[in-house]
Amino acid sequence: MNNSNLSAILSLHAELSLVVVLVVVLLADLLRKPDAGGRWFRVMVCLLMGVQVFLDLTPDARSLFGGMYVNTPFTSVVKSILSAGTLLVFLQCGEWLGRRDTRFRQGEFYVLTLSTLLGMFFMLSSGHFLMFYIGLETASIPMACVVAMDKYRHHSAEAGAKFILSSMFSSALLLYGLSLLYGTCGTLYFADVPGLLQGSPLQQLALVLFIAGMGFKMSLVPFHLWTADVYQGAPTGVTAYLSVISKGAAAVALAVVLRFVFPLMKDDWTLTIAVLSVVSITVANLMAILQGDMKRFMAFSSISQAGYIVLGALAGTTQGMASMAYYIAVYVVANVAVFAVISTIEQHTGGLTSRDDYRGLYRTNPRLTLVMTLALFSLGGIPPFAGFFSKFFIFAAAFEEGWWVVVFLALLNTIISLYYYLLVVKAMYISEPEDGRCVVAPMRSAPGVRLCLVLCVAGICALGLCSGFYEGLEYWAEAL
Amino acid sequence: MNILSLFVLIPALMLLGLWAARSINQVRGVMVAGASALLALSVWLTVAYLQARGAGETAEMLFTDSVMWYAPLHICYSVGVDGISVVMLLLSAIIVFTGTFASWKLQPLTKEYFLWFTLLSTGVFGFFISTDLFTMFMFYEVALIPMYLLIGVWGSGRKEYAAMKLTLMLMGGSAFLLIGILGIYYGAGAQTMDVVELARLHNIPESMQHVFFPAVFLGFGVLGALFPFHTWSPDGHASAPTAVSMLHAGVLMKLGGYGCFRVAMYLMPEGLAAWGDFFLVLTTISVVYGAFSAVVQTDLKYINAYSSVSHCGLVLFALLMMTRTSCTGAILQMLSHGLMTALFFALIGMIYGRTHTRDVRELSGLMKIMPFLAVGYVVAGLANLGLPGLSGFVAEMTVFVGSFEHADVFHRTCTIIATTSIVVTAVYILRVVGKILFGTCHNPAHLKLTDATWDERLAVICLIVCVAGLGLAPWWVSDAIGGSVEPIVSHLLVLNP
Repeated sequence: MNNSNLSAILSLHAELSLVVVLVVVLLADLLRKPDAGGRWFRVMVCLLMGVQVFLDLTPDARSLFGGMYVNTPFTSVVKSILSAGTLLVFLQCGEWLGRRDTRFRQGEFYVLTLSTLLGMFFMLSSGHFLMFYIGLETASIPMACVVAMDKYRHHSAEAGAKFILSSMFSSALLLYGLSLLYGTCGTLYFADVPGLLQGSPLQQLALVLFIAGMGFKMSLVPFHLWTADVYQGAPTGVTAYLSVISKGAAAVALAVVLRFVFPLMKDDWTLTIAVLSVVSITVANLMAILQGDMKRFMAFSSISQAGYIVLGALAGTTQGMASMAYYIAVYVVANVAVFAVISTIEQHTGGLTSRDDYRGLYRTNPRLTLVMTLALFSLGGIPPFAGFFSKFFIFAAAFEEGWWVVVFLALLNTIISLYYYLLVVKAMYISEPEDGRCVVAPMRSAPGVRLCLVLCVAGICALGLCSGFYEGLEYWAEAL
Repeated sequence: MNILSLFVLIPALMLLGLWAARSINQVRGVMVAGASALLALSVWLTVAYLQARGAGETAEMLFTDSVMWYAPLHICYSVGVDGISVVMLLLSAIIVFTGTFASWKLQPLTKEYFLWFTLLSTGVFGFFISTDLFTMFMFYEVALIPMYLLIGVWGSGRKEYAAMKLTLMLMGGSAFLLIGILGIYYGAGAQTMDVVELARLHNIPESMQHVFFPAVFLGFGVLGALFPFHTWSPDGHASAPTAVSMLHAGVLMKLGGYGCFRVAMYLMPEGLAAWGDFFLVLTTISVVYGAFSAVVQTDLKYINAYSSVSHCGLVLFALLMMTRTSCTGAILQMLSHGLMTALFFALIGMIYGRTHTRDVRELSGLMKIMPFLAVGYVVAGLANLGLPGLSGFVAEMTVFVGSFEHADVFHRTCTIIATTSIVVTAVYILRVVGKILFGTCHNPAHLKLTDATWDERLAVICLIVCVAGLGLAPWWVSDAIGGSVEPIVSHLLVLNP
């Protein structure tokens, strides 16, 4: 191997550092006693991830492997957001992983999850559809194992099967689309395809299949049918990861590809995305009202949030990309906080996840309730929390491109979403528990969960009020 | 630092203080200290403002400051006040101060109650000092959401239903508002979010104004209880705890009128020209419908809530009349209604706290049992029906005189219809006063009740002094208001002669 190749590989900061973490975790897992509690092991993983978050940032754009791999400062920063989100998920998973029946699988959980993250990194940085596809698959297949982690409990195994089947189906759609694209253009390089697009019917079909495939990954309506079952069946920590990290990566990848590979077919895909967005938000909101189980409820909530996220792709402008990345970051902290609360309550009460069990929670666990309230308000877009700002920016981006009606429909939907978020708030603060006492006893959550919640609350409060983060994203998106 | 930022900073410090408070006395201490500081600040601001105007300051906004916040979208944290916002700030400070005393003995979860209450007032103060559309909208929403918990947790009656209805309807309004704000920003070429600057540019295409004027006007109008979107108001006010009703009817509903004037009408005069008559009809209906609905209610709070619909309708009505006198009257009406409705709700809360009923049919002869509260109730009632010497007369007189300046049939007809509400108001006020205060008390349990305690007396006296003060010496506020209404109205009149 000559010197330039080596330096090229070394410049893959994000991926390389993640691989190092992965290998270290794998080795450490081999060395530790499988039956031990594994607290130090978990601390080590979180520390490593904490360092890794800061290694992603590469200031300049670079293209490697003959254009297969293209990294821009913007994708770097998105990777950092995803790494940070993964760290938050890891922090909240401690309690679940330390349980007697899961502690011997801790290593696998970390390794598999980190592999999916690695896959997402490559997907984000791909300059070629094959690379994109490999990244996507790397992100999907290990995910199915993680979803089925609790295979003797609940419906975890069933959820895993559902996930892998729908994932395969969507990959097949995507691949079919790619093959049509290859057939009509003769190349799969992102840089070359735009010049060869004529908007022929075959290419339109390719575009539709590509969007459908990504729609599955992001669980947009009508490709969402797997979501609720998988979210409910998977261990709660995994659900949190699925709902924020997988979704965020897929959304950014979709936006980047649509903007840079299909600019000539903009009229086609913007309409599709607009319809998908409005339908996702509306249908998911209506379904969410009906849910009594918190995890299913959050599944539908996350489908509707995905609908909001793609509004950034719809705009397809610098501001659209920046507000999308911003939305994802804000969504990560709020959603992880909600799942951390759900998971803590689940772990301490032996699996209670129904909204009715939360009645009177304020009287037994005021702090958890407060965190949950802030997070739900942020998801609902209530100022002064970050969710308000992210919604405003993403609406502004779509509005600027003339999508008034879509923005208006999305705005009307925020009222529906506020309604069901308030249902949870109502259960916690206002509703009387059935026998006068909340079924959730006062409890003290694990240190990792507490750290995760503190970080999330800091994010919920600071990401909006401090403008630096968004302006940074805007600056990096400018350079895209 | 700008002096106006203190209006947001003090409540923020109060929030921290409340968070740290360990006993009920500490909570009360923080609230009294903070509310007094706000009151003192707003009085100082009023004096300073009048002095600055007296010294010949002609800028539209005084005490201005602007800090760039989100540069890519030209969002600034900009503050500034004119006569209208100064009196609104004064009103808010008075209501927060008296509201604190009106909920002196509130149980349970006193600390949490005051936390949300303070957050609500942060939103209100922030809204009135802002001159940036985004910041304004942010504070507007900050003021809305605490209502849900305040009504839901500490309310009475059908509180869960009322809280949800109120929150969703007001948030629905803010959805319209947000689309309207985006329309204004991009319509004006995406250069600035500053209200004064946008009015000066005056470059929003007419076709966009026709779409976004009704959106913004409706958005604010929902909060101003514009017919047919007023239905949240009676339910919400009836279920809310005393101080929340006071703050909500007294101040929060004024956000609606203020926003309609400062944002919708000021920034989109062409849109106003196209839609003004339509909304004028709606507000006329509000005025009359609210008054007639109040006549048939039997719950004291519902009576007052429908009366608020009527009086807030009058605010929007007067604004849409677009004469200098009527707009000045509208702002005076906001001030007057804010004070007297707060007084009303405070008294109703105090009576309800003793008798545990608000049903007019079950109350009688209270004048002998609790003379202080009863006299307060009479004063509030007389102010409400517009007795000269109290604030209601000054405001309504100005409104109707201003409205009558129009010589055409349409405006005259609307004015005459709206004027009938004065008579109807007298009917429902005098009926209630006669029924519950005079006569003999039939309920033996009521005979043992006591009159107001010191904290309640303080709140009531403060409000009565303000109501009477505004009625007897209206010129110092009406001058401040008139001077600030002038540039806005002349901006509108250029296009709508």
